Amino acid sequence: MRIEKDLVAAAATPLVLGILMDGDLYGYAILKRVGELSGGSMQWTDGMLYPLLHRLERLGYVTSLWVTSDAGRRRKHYAITDSGREQLAERQEQWTVVADALRQVWQAAPRPTGLTEGWA
Amino acid sequence: MDLDADLEAQIDSWRGYVQRRQAIATADVEELEDHLREQIEDLLATGLDHDEAFLVAIKRLGNLDAVSREFAREHSDRLWKQLVLVPDDADENRARAWRELTVVIGFALGAGLAVKAGLAWSDGGTGLIRNLGLLVFPFLAAYFGWKRRLTLPVAATLIVSFAALAVLLNVYPFVTGGSTELLAALHAPVLLWVLVGIAYVGGRWRSDARRMDFVRFTGELAIYYTLLALGGGVLIGLTVAVLSAVGIEPGPVLGDWVLPLAVPGALVVAAWLVEAKQNVVENIAPVLTRVFTPLTIIMLLAVLVVLATAGGLGAVDRDLLILMDAILVLVLSLLLYSISARDSLARPGLFDALQLVLVVVALAVDAVMLTAMLARITEFGFSPNKIAALGLNLLLLVHLTRSAWLTIGFLRGRRPFTALERWQTRYLPVYGVWALIVVAVFPLVFSFA
Repeated sequence: MRIEKDLVAAAATPLVLGILMDGDLYGYAILKRVGELSGGSMQWTDGMLYPLLHRLERLGYVTSLWVTSDAGRRRKHYAITDSGREQLAERQEQWTVVADALRQVWQAAPRPTGLTEGWA
Repeated sequence: MDLDADLEAQIDSWRGYVQRRQAIATADVEELEDHLREQIEDLLATGLDHDEAFLVAIKRLGNLDAVSREFAREHSDRLWKQLVLVPDDADENRARAWRELTVVIGFALGAGLAVKAGLAWSDGGTGLIRNLGLLVFPFLAAYFGWKRRLTLPVAATLIVSFAALAVLLNVYPFVTGGSTELLAALHAPVLLWVLVGIAYVGGRWRSDARRMDFVRFTGELAIYYTLLALGGGVLIGLTVAVLSAVGIEPGPVLGDWVLPLAVPGALVVAAWLVEAKQNVVENIAPVLTRVFTPLTIIMLLAVLVVLATAGGLGAVDRDLLILMDAILVLVLSLLLYSISARDSLARPGLFDALQLVLVVVALAVDAVMLTAMLARITEFGFSPNKIAALGLNLLLLVHLTRSAWLTIGFLRGRRPFTALERWQTRYLPVYGVWALIVVAVFPLVFSFA
């Protein structure tokens, strides 16, 4: 199953911030983690992650630090900040409300099995 | 993990491609490259071969146009890129930048003090004019020698060359105010500039690409130096106005200290600025060529019309020939900087045709002048000045003719653009050799007159 582009984009910020809650990471590792968490169904254009990270940095949600990797290359690590944590908490509430609402809708109108699979 | 040479070459050309995107800064390219390499290593580990791994990794990175647009949306300020001379991020970078700044100020001061000392010891004769370049350019070369960490043989060669030139210029018994002395003073800076160039390219003077870099550097340096001079002029003007208003005469301090130190020092500082900005701002010189190429064509056509209708070609004198040399040098600079900034893979366009028009018109004007000059020489005989001007004229003529020929080939799709590029970089040393002949051989031939 492939997740729609807009949905991936909407989930990107909380996902990246949430992953960074476990510790500092660099871009490639963040993407790998996204792949693991979603079982490979959240497909990202790799290059798009970096403008997003830079935006989060500009907004003050993450900070970055250049370090030297084991292979001797310069690598940019990102870490979440306090205001990033606040932002994540806020996003979590929003997503909970959305998920809650969706769940109630699913219960009221059960999903038409067999149809969506073919259309997606 | 070490990747094989083929893959490295592919990553290299990818990097070059990405670097041309205005919105993607050097640091971002580094970040993306790290990503790309790690992805490739992972893919190789799953059993893909090098080409496959590279292609898949590139594909996953996404369409470069889209990614670059996304970068531009996030970093719109990069359209007005900022010049960071002393970065405020990593400590190591900071320390390096400060150290460089200290070295630059040191060499700038050195150049200033050398000129100041020269002024103090000068007896008011022409000796100072002959040696002026020698007092400044070695400091510039020293800065690049330090920056590029020259190997000992290269550094030694440079020092010996500077010393040899100094000996030559001061041991020759020039007749004071004679033309060979003036010619030597005019051509010595060309030789000195060649030596600075060798320091700039870190001793790799055989490389065409590095030579082209030096051409770019020269153009940017001229522009930066002019800007610094303008700014300095405004600053000095305001200071003088204020000091005069309160009744202090700033003339002596200004003439004795500020100008002798600032004018040579600014050259080293300008060189450092050009070095520091390299990737930060789009080069200015090529942009100016776009404006001045059509204007120069109009000017040359006007000159051609005037020369053709005036009918006074018999009165063509040495000064006019020198003026023509200046015009040809200008045309050549326009050509060089357009070529240096052009993407060599791009297809022939309107501007290439315009450039050809420029070169052809310049050649036409020059042909008229040269005929007149030759007629005059056969009538009145040779002089050092005439030969020097004529020699330079012939060198420029060959340079431009061949350039025109190669441009035609390129416009007709018969030759790659690189042929034109290579002709420029290969021909440039000829000017150095000519300058050496004028400085070293002319005085002997014309018995220092």
